[in-house]
Amino acid sequence: MIPTDLVGGAFWLPLAFVMMMGLAMLLYVVLDGYDLGVGMLLPGAKSEAERDTMISAIGPFWDANETWLVLGVGILLVAFPLAHGVILTNLYLPVTFMLAGLILRGVAFDFRVKARVRHKHRWDRAFFCGSALAAFSQGVMLGQLVSGFDGAPMGWLFSAGIGVGVMGGYCLLGAGWLVLKTEGRLQAAAVRWARGALVLSAFGIAAVSVATPFMSESIFDKWFSVETLFALLPIPLMSAAVVALLFVFLTRLGQDTVGGNTRGIERWAWAPFAGAVALFVLAFMGLAYSLFPYLVLDRITVWEAASAPESLAIMFWGAIIVVPTILAYTVFLYRVFGGKAQPLRYDG
Amino acid sequence: MEALLLARIQFAANITFHILFPSITIALGWLLLFFKLRHNKTGDARWKRLYGFWVKVFALSFAMGVVSGIVMSFQFGTNWPGFMEKVGNIAGPLLAYEVLTAFFMEATFLGIMLYGQGRVSNRIHTLATLLVCIGTSLSAFWIIALNSWMHTPAGFEMREGVAHAVDWWAIVFNPSMPYRMVHMLLASGLTVAFLVAGLSAFRLLSGAQTDDARLGLKVGVTLAALLIPLQIVVGDLHGLNTLKHQPAKVAAMEGLWETTEGAPLLLFALPNQTERRNHFELAVPNLASLILTHDLHGEVKGLNDFEGAHPRVAPVFWSFRVMVGMGLLMLTASWLSAALVWRRGELPRLLLRGLVGMSLSGWVAIVAGWYTTEMGRQPWLVQGVLRTAEAAAPNVGEGLIWTSLAVYLALYATLTVAYVLVLFHMAHKQDADGPKPSPMIHTLEEQAQ
Repeated sequence: MIPTDLVGGAFWLPLAFVMMMGLAMLLYVVLDGYDLGVGMLLPGAKSEAERDTMISAIGPFWDANETWLVLGVGILLVAFPLAHGVILTNLYLPVTFMLAGLILRGVAFDFRVKARVRHKHRWDRAFFCGSALAAFSQGVMLGQLVSGFDGAPMGWLFSAGIGVGVMGGYCLLGAGWLVLKTEGRLQAAAVRWARGALVLSAFGIAAVSVATPFMSESIFDKWFSVETLFALLPIPLMSAAVVALLFVFLTRLGQDTVGGNTRGIERWAWAPFAGAVALFVLAFMGLAYSLFPYLVLDRITVWEAASAPESLAIMFWGAIIVVPTILAYTVFLYRVFGGKAQPLRYDG
Repeated sequence: MEALLLARIQFAANITFHILFPSITIALGWLLLFFKLRHNKTGDARWKRLYGFWVKVFALSFAMGVVSGIVMSFQFGTNWPGFMEKVGNIAGPLLAYEVLTAFFMEATFLGIMLYGQGRVSNRIHTLATLLVCIGTSLSAFWIIALNSWMHTPAGFEMREGVAHAVDWWAIVFNPSMPYRMVHMLLASGLTVAFLVAGLSAFRLLSGAQTDDARLGLKVGVTLAALLIPLQIVVGDLHGLNTLKHQPAKVAAMEGLWETTEGAPLLLFALPNQTERRNHFELAVPNLASLILTHDLHGEVKGLNDFEGAHPRVAPVFWSFRVMVGMGLLMLTASWLSAALVWRRGELPRLLLRGLVGMSLSGWVAIVAGWYTTEMGRQPWLVQGVLRTAEAAAPNVGEGLIWTSLAVYLALYATLTVAYVLVLFHMAHKQDADGPKPSPMIHTLEEQAQ
């Protein structure tokens, strides 16, 4: 299963690619997660102007954010073709619904400002539905992956539970993003949404963490031997600490927005989003530990699924040069559109 | 219906929907850069307003292209796992380089191109426009390299039934790649030229006698008139290349059953594959031989030489005729319009209406051409290496494919209609002081609801 030659490309190239894939997926989940979260929070807006502001807060970014999904799935496709086929044929239905959701979200966002004014609310609804559908389907896909494609009713129920949890997590990211990017009444509302979403996400993460080992024997064994349990304990403990800290922060921010303490708000407006990101990173680490070295749980390892070393090598050297460039201009994009969201206009 | 056919229909539906939008953004990006540079140079506000209008069309088309492109990247795995298992070592890096070199660049700088004016300097904004153009064209480059390789594979060897790369240069610049690439880029240019001409004509007809619309019309018809002769020459060269590498496809395009010296060009015919002959032939003697071999008595291989290994004839035969017919119509319309516009500065209403009708003619030609070449490759997925049937997902049931097909088709139909209506709506809205909305668009939109 693990190649015997531990220095050859056949050993380290698949590892490098699985790490790159993990990074792409994590970046996708955090970045598009806040987009999708904002989409799901859209019905909470009180007015047309608030809806416009919410969408302005993600407008220049969503396209670049979604590209990380293409990279993540792309790496699965090109570096691990065997696993790609098995995973995606097993996830056929949730993938279809996720794609339908992403299509609706991506175009509704663009159509709403270009279509007739009286159709705008319709595209807003499509934007909400698309975001919710994509988020839920992604959770279902994750649930299916960690349960080893359990097609029994219990497996789907478990996956649907993760779907709801992911929706909650994305709403937390989205609300955190809005706290950072908006002001006034909308910002105060975003603080309240973040608190609600935090409760939902915390329950979600806890439930999933408890349920997952029981869905899969091999994950159970990995977590609950005496030595690993203590080595891994920091992950759940830190998660709990982040949740508690976020809760305190959001409560304070809530009081500040009611009391009109703008200095306090501005100083800490970044905290909810940062906390949400920390939570996702921790959950991701736990998940990565549960799955590795498998791509398909208990069936296909990273090395078994990998493409030929010479094909991986030619992609690897390309990626080494290009990925830092991508990260650099992504940072540039976020700097250009830094600060509070402003109305989106094509003519500046 | 069997799962293989359903999977093919689904893939065809997805790729048909997808190709519509890159075929606009590839050339429209460069046209936007042209507008931008003209404005930078002359300071004429019309160029800036043209940029402002067409960048919105670009944004919408880009969003449609991105979301449908994501579907494509998943479909390789959901419907055609055998493809990556057999030729993944070759297709993989090509796709990876598309995402790495092109996709991120266009998606990132698009944000600046769309909303960045006023936030970045004019120079950076021009640069962002340029980078988006380079991104979309690079994207086309990698995808066409892969697609061409599937038609004319080169630079690889088979080891234990799996393709391994030997020479990347030969893989990327495989025998049909240069022809396919130029053919596609010109097709995109023509699509955009007719879209610009058509929407500008629509604005003029709806009473907005604005300078912008006139300028747009002039740019559109001139571009079309310049590109179409080039396209006819490149199309011919591409045909010769296909004859060399995929003679069965050419035989199907020509509807030629028997190998013939001095083959006729069929203007009309109903190919019948069960009887292996054509009904109702209307032919010009020797012309096919002349076009294909540049010799009146040249030999053209017939379908009977490839029995059992050639594509279904009728769809290839007909889609080829639709493409060529569209090209001839484009030639007539663009030269007539360009001559009149340059000589008289305006067009008669009838011709304006004609151009409105041809706004999306590029789409028709591209889809028809795409069908010709892709169906013409059957039964191969990778010519001579991998059959389509071998790549299909073995364990996906018909029910699943039906469900997803229904979801996609409903979504695509709605979105394509919405896209076209919104384009015309935007063209209309642009003119603030014009008359009331045109009744035609109004009823179309009501019907669509």
